[in-house]
Amino acid sequence: MANLKQPDDIAATSPDASVDLLATSVGDYTRIWGRRIRSGESGALPVIVGLVAIVVFFWVKSPSFMTPRNLVNLMTQSAFIITLGMAEIFVLLLGDIDLAAGYTAACGAVVALWMLALGDPWWAAVLASLAACAAYGALQGIITARLGLPSFVVTLAGQLGLSGLLLFLIDQTGSIGVGGVISLHNDVINAIEGSQLSGSATWIVMIIIAALGAAAIFFGDFRRRSAGLVAPPLSITGLKMIAIIAACLIVAFVADLNRGRLVVIEGMPWAVLVVLAILVLWTLLLGRTKFGRYVYAIGGNAEAARRAGVNVTMIRTVAFTLCSLTAGLTGIIYASYLGSISTNVNGGQNVLNAVAAAVIGGTSLFGGRGKMLHAVLGGLVVGVIYNGLELLGLSASAQLMWTALVLLAAVVVDRVTRRGQVAR
Amino acid sequence: MVADNNAPAQAQQTLLRLRGVGKAFGPVHALSGIDLDVPEGQVTALVGDNGAGKSTLIKTVAGIWEPTEGEITWRGKPVHFRSPKDATDVGIATVYQDLALADNLDIVQNMLLGHEALKFGMLDEISMEKTARKTLSDMRVTTVRNIRQPVGSLSGGQRQAVAVAKAVMLDAKLVVMDEPTAALGVSQTEMVLNIIKNLAERGISVLVISHNLTDVFQVADRLAVLYLGRLVSSGPISNYDTSSAVHWMTTGVAPGAAEHGRAVDTGTPEPARPEGF
Repeated sequence: MANLKQPDDIAATSPDASVDLLATSVGDYTRIWGRRIRSGESGALPVIVGLVAIVVFFWVKSPSFMTPRNLVNLMTQSAFIITLGMAEIFVLLLGDIDLAAGYTAACGAVVALWMLALGDPWWAAVLASLAACAAYGALQGIITARLGLPSFVVTLAGQLGLSGLLLFLIDQTGSIGVGGVISLHNDVINAIEGSQLSGSATWIVMIIIAALGAAAIFFGDFRRRSAGLVAPPLSITGLKMIAIIAACLIVAFVADLNRGRLVVIEGMPWAVLVVLAILVLWTLLLGRTKFGRYVYAIGGNAEAARRAGVNVTMIRTVAFTLCSLTAGLTGIIYASYLGSISTNVNGGQNVLNAVAAAVIGGTSLFGGRGKMLHAVLGGLVVGVIYNGLELLGLSASAQLMWTALVLLAAVVVDRVTRRGQVAR
Repeated sequence: MVADNNAPAQAQQTLLRLRGVGKAFGPVHALSGIDLDVPEGQVTALVGDNGAGKSTLIKTVAGIWEPTEGEITWRGKPVHFRSPKDATDVGIATVYQDLALADNLDIVQNMLLGHEALKFGMLDEISMEKTARKTLSDMRVTTVRNIRQPVGSLSGGQRQAVAVAKAVMLDAKLVVMDEPTAALGVSQTEMVLNIIKNLAERGISVLVISHNLTDVFQVADRLAVLYLGRLVSSGPISNYDTSSAVHWMTTGVAPGAAEHGRAVDTGTPEPARPEGF
């Protein structure tokens, strides 16, 4: 490091200097940001670039890709990959994995749809399903954390066991699940994927979300700056605010275009709101609470967390519980998307798609690095690939292999950029 | 056995006192009959060859291992450390060689890990950043430009500084450091030694383990030499020079005394073994 000592170069003393403190102008900021990307702190940039590239590719290749109808389809198709990806992030941050989450979702959906078929109100069915999933997650967490077993094996057993339980449960429903399919006949649950806000409600809701998001960024940075602490320059705060507002307005604009063939259909699917709500809630939990901080700490250095007085076993158990709880939410969204739940659900592939989504989004498989937003970005990438290849008339085999290539590319990008990180 | 020439004078300000402390692992006596005084506001260096029992001794002080014999007093009161928390509670903070930092967390997050400030149930980042910044500036750590950078991006000396700052922030009265300058370059070592001096100036005692006698003679006020699980010599640093310290470390007896305590002519002191032996 001795040969790096140019006095005017900020990076001389700390090669990985964070963007937020040292830069005072946009020029500085981008310069340091470039350095940061090269040293592995690239954040969400690669996946956003990749997403745009894939979208442009399908736009050029298929005339029906960039249509309001298909874009809204994309939102509803991606919703369950995204939420299952968010479930996985809780455990991926610990350096663990939950291979059972796909079947946790399916079994949770069976519980909910069974209760609905028996005439229970929708909220009772949802609560019971979530409680069952959370309890299962707690069990997996206790086995993994308390006995110190590798989560890969414990949750692999869980995957096998739950895929059996799925068959068993549907069989037990008797006349409700004839032919291995339980249909969903509840307006509220069906509405998540099958219905939408009105056009004006879409605009109002998205404008409120954009305003709240922008205000949160502004006041967050403003408070730091006025307290004389490390804060990004005003221009960057502005750019972040513009980004969030633009994202919200684009979604509202696309969703508000008429996508019906015979009748007018417009408005944002409820699923988008559900995903946004889960995203905000879990982002706050991970970023602003002790629990979240400890999850990152355990993922980074479990021994350090233990010595700092963190109850590592408890935090890991809770993370597994939240993972399964979020998987339960996914099950309900999934059932709403399919209009039923059946013995044919491929929970194994769903969970691998979800892990792929999280990793493509930028979450590390080795723990300690990741954000809930990564599941959204990565889930969109996976969703766009499936959607686009289907529009191109490619078979399932091609879809799987292309997803595999993207996942591999994401991991390679992650590794290569991180190789640039400073060695100690 | 123990040649502590200064014990009575220091008695009033002795922070930590070990009397006859021993630790046996089954039939193996890792430590026996340790009498050690750690005075307030001074840097005590613990030296000894590999296997002399340095690590066992600091783990006993840190509450990781309970001594099998002897007595530990803290400010004149007998204490029994059954867990690391007991030691932390009285004000002993231990910085191990591995530093116990999470590379993915930033400096503030690492320093306050386990002691996060909350506001309405949420993390209060602003107050935590202020606390961390004040602690670092009190320690005169100036090479860290951005306390919001991940610890994984810091140099070895800076990491050591963060680990010490984390310990000091818990209101430590005694900071125990295990080989803080091992694997550091010259300027990084200088920085860590300055931190140690600064702690002592602020009245925080330091018990430091080191192999590096050059570093020890730069910062230590007192020296304690371990040899095969026994404390063979201790006293003010001025009583020693490098060659006598090496002699104590490698033979367990005073320079000028033959091994196994056989007296020799003091006019022709036995040559010290070369450093680094």
